[in-house]
Amino acid sequence: MSISRRELMAGAAALTGGLALPGSQSALAQAAPKGTLRVIPHAALTTLDPVATTGYIVRNHGYMVWDTLFAQDEQLAVKPQMASGVEISADKLTYRITLRDGLSWHDDTAVTSADCVPSLIRWGQADGMGRRLFTYIESVSTDGPKVIVIKLKRPYGLVLESIGKLSTNVPFMMPKRFAEKAVTDRLGADDMMGSGPFRWNKAEYRPGARVVYDRNPKYVPRSEPASNAAGGKNVFVERVEWVNFPDPNTALNALVSGEVDYYEQIPADLLPIVSRAPGVKVANFNPLGNLGMARFNSLAGPTNNPGVRRAIAKAINQSELLKVAIGNPEFYKTCHSVYPCGTTFDSTAGSDLMAKSSLDEARAMLRASGYNGEKLVLLATTDIPVQSAMAQYTADVLKRIGMNVDAQAMDWATVLQRRTSKNPIDQGGWNMFFTWWEGADLLDPVIQFALSGLGEQGAWVGWSKDDEAEILRTAYAEAATLDQQKQIAAQVQARAFEQSFNVYTGMFYVPTGFRENISGILNAPPFFWNIKKA
Amino acid sequence: MIRLVLTRVLSAIPVMGVVALIVFFMLRLSGDPAAILAGDTASSEQVERIRVSLGLTKPLYEQFFGWIMQLLRFDLGTSLFTGLPVTSLIAQRIEPTAMLALSTIVFSVLVAVPMGVLAAWKANSWIDRLVMVICVLGFSVPVFVMGYFLIFNFAITLRWFPVQGYTSPFVDFGRFVSQITLPTLTLSFIYVALIARITRASVIEVLGEDYIRTARAKGQVEIKVLFRHALKNAAVPIVTVIGLGVALLIGGVVVTESVYNIPGLGRLVVDAITRRDYPIIQGLILFFALIYIVLNLIIDIIYTIVDPRIRY
Repeated sequence: MSISRRELMAGAAALTGGLALPGSQSALAQAAPKGTLRVIPHAALTTLDPVATTGYIVRNHGYMVWDTLFAQDEQLAVKPQMASGVEISADKLTYRITLRDGLSWHDDTAVTSADCVPSLIRWGQADGMGRRLFTYIESVSTDGPKVIVIKLKRPYGLVLESIGKLSTNVPFMMPKRFAEKAVTDRLGADDMMGSGPFRWNKAEYRPGARVVYDRNPKYVPRSEPASNAAGGKNVFVERVEWVNFPDPNTALNALVSGEVDYYEQIPADLLPIVSRAPGVKVANFNPLGNLGMARFNSLAGPTNNPGVRRAIAKAINQSELLKVAIGNPEFYKTCHSVYPCGTTFDSTAGSDLMAKSSLDEARAMLRASGYNGEKLVLLATTDIPVQSAMAQYTADVLKRIGMNVDAQAMDWATVLQRRTSKNPIDQGGWNMFFTWWEGADLLDPVIQFALSGLGEQGAWVGWSKDDEAEILRTAYAEAATLDQQKQIAAQVQARAFEQSFNVYTGMFYVPTGFRENISGILNAPPFFWNIKKA
Repeated sequence: MIRLVLTRVLSAIPVMGVVALIVFFMLRLSGDPAAILAGDTASSEQVERIRVSLGLTKPLYEQFFGWIMQLLRFDLGTSLFTGLPVTSLIAQRIEPTAMLALSTIVFSVLVAVPMGVLAAWKANSWIDRLVMVICVLGFSVPVFVMGYFLIFNFAITLRWFPVQGYTSPFVDFGRFVSQITLPTLTLSFIYVALIARITRASVIEVLGEDYIRTARAKGQVEIKVLFRHALKNAAVPIVTVIGLGVALLIGGVVVTESVYNIPGLGRLVVDAITRRDYPIIQGLILFFALIYIVLNLIIDIIYTIVDPRIRY
């Protein structure tokens, strides 16, 4: 009989659930300083610039230290945050954003519009949605210390949606001296100066191990209740520590024993154990969920052939794939839209391709595409369980429809490198890899970077080239009403399925575990304001 | 003695040079960190800009000689991810690892040497067999299994110790002891097995010598015979294995630090490898190589103390 490490610890923790008495926290755990929230984040924070890098952990760090002019609430409506309000001219070409009173940087100097202008410009160089916005912008300037003036060349419907976007890259406002740095000149540990609800504790920063934030006593929260990234950011703990755990079993045991308060993402296979542990609660705070995705390389054959891509999309059955990758149906659902299901632009346009998957039809489509047994290189991630399972399932399905699949196993870091290669597959190129996104990054045709059709001139890796998609995305961005936006978003979706640069593999949720003395967790990315520790 | 130290120091230079060369070029075969730094949604242009800004597009020889020039100034470089100097990252992480290694060595020697002597004295008895069973288990049970076993029993079930973490002894000695106990026991298991077996074999060999018979004939009590006469003369191979075991310890530290969430050098190197943070990996491997060279030198010096017949 063999036993894996995880099985061993699963047994250990299961017994713990049975043996430990409710409320019997160890004396050692109770020795934690009062008012400190100990958090196990989903990844280690090693790069610190939330504008220059796209990792979710860096975005979450950004929300601790910095603040935004506008922010999205739970209904995804854009609300003023650092701004007190905005005046839009009748011709919709001028936006005058006024900063609210009481804003100051962590060094106690005042936040001014002169800081915000370079902050917006820097973000506009780094972020896809920002770059699109800046193609419409004629100028960004100041009008006194509290007013930012954005002048457009022509009306653009997503100005506030862009500068109030929820997820990466978030347009955080920074002091001028940092905001004027080039995007490639990333901010370091000495540059963590924001105006957000927490202050960076540089002295206690241990890259890869621990990050400490202290409450910003001078932060002036808005008066509205907290809602997603919007509203009042009231901080009820003195200090937040992010403690990185390389081993999920140890992380789980630390939560069960009360040595930590909050475990951001509990691996699916440990959920049955943690849900039985006394003193621990489990909940999903991310209603938008995550969407899995296979991305094709449209430069290298055979995936440079849209017919082959569509055949692959037809072969993948979301229900089967999610069962393999996630397991527990409580934490996944099929979604045959390119936008997160249940959100504004969720649509069925063109979705038959995936909603009615069929291996027989996929074989026929493959034959019709002219596929002739060329090798397909699948970059199969091994160290992220969800992606690994998706790759294994897909490799099997593709072999069953008659494809010559070369599933190359490698860690995610290697996938990130390999996928930048534009070479043919016999020279280190690739055809397909799996990843996943938070729902907030896929909400509409512009925010969803994977829908870009700019090819080698700015699309995501895979270099999807589709002029029609770009025309539709532009039309969406310039649409005047929500109805128009919905109509165009559906057309974008239909076009996306027709071209199949991506295969959408359904939605899944990763729940959070927390001690029962913790309350006030928001339905949002992991934000640590509003949280109380009894 | 001075000649020995000088010779070893001088011979360490080419060794370190070869290590540096191999590490540098092996790492470059594993790809570069620009794509990891840029993140999942970065475009290839963004990745390329980062590659240029990190100097990764320069010819390899140019990168190598740049790094060597840094080393000659005792500068291990700067982390590509955090932007912090590698020396300060090592300085941040060295204490937990050093404490864990030190406590493991002290505990292992204190337990394993008497165990080995006892097994040799009672060779072929049930005591000897028990010690050998413990040794076989020590060699056979992986470090992480022992770690989880101890966590389950002593941290979760009995709640005598915390599950994880590290506190400096200079901050809170009581908490340090409670947090270092289980990792030390975990890591010591294999080390105790190694030292006890060698001690047993060496002492058995010595116990057959004439001078042991002479000591017994002179009426020396058995404990004195064992520890003053037998153990002292069996010490050279024991010292050797303790020294060589340090390499084993470095490997074990990586796993133990992960299981107990100790922010030490082991985790630093593993994290750096997964991110391809070249300067940290290069710096740490050179650092480990240097430690290994210094430890070997110390062991050679100890030889001359435990066996005055040894001359260099």
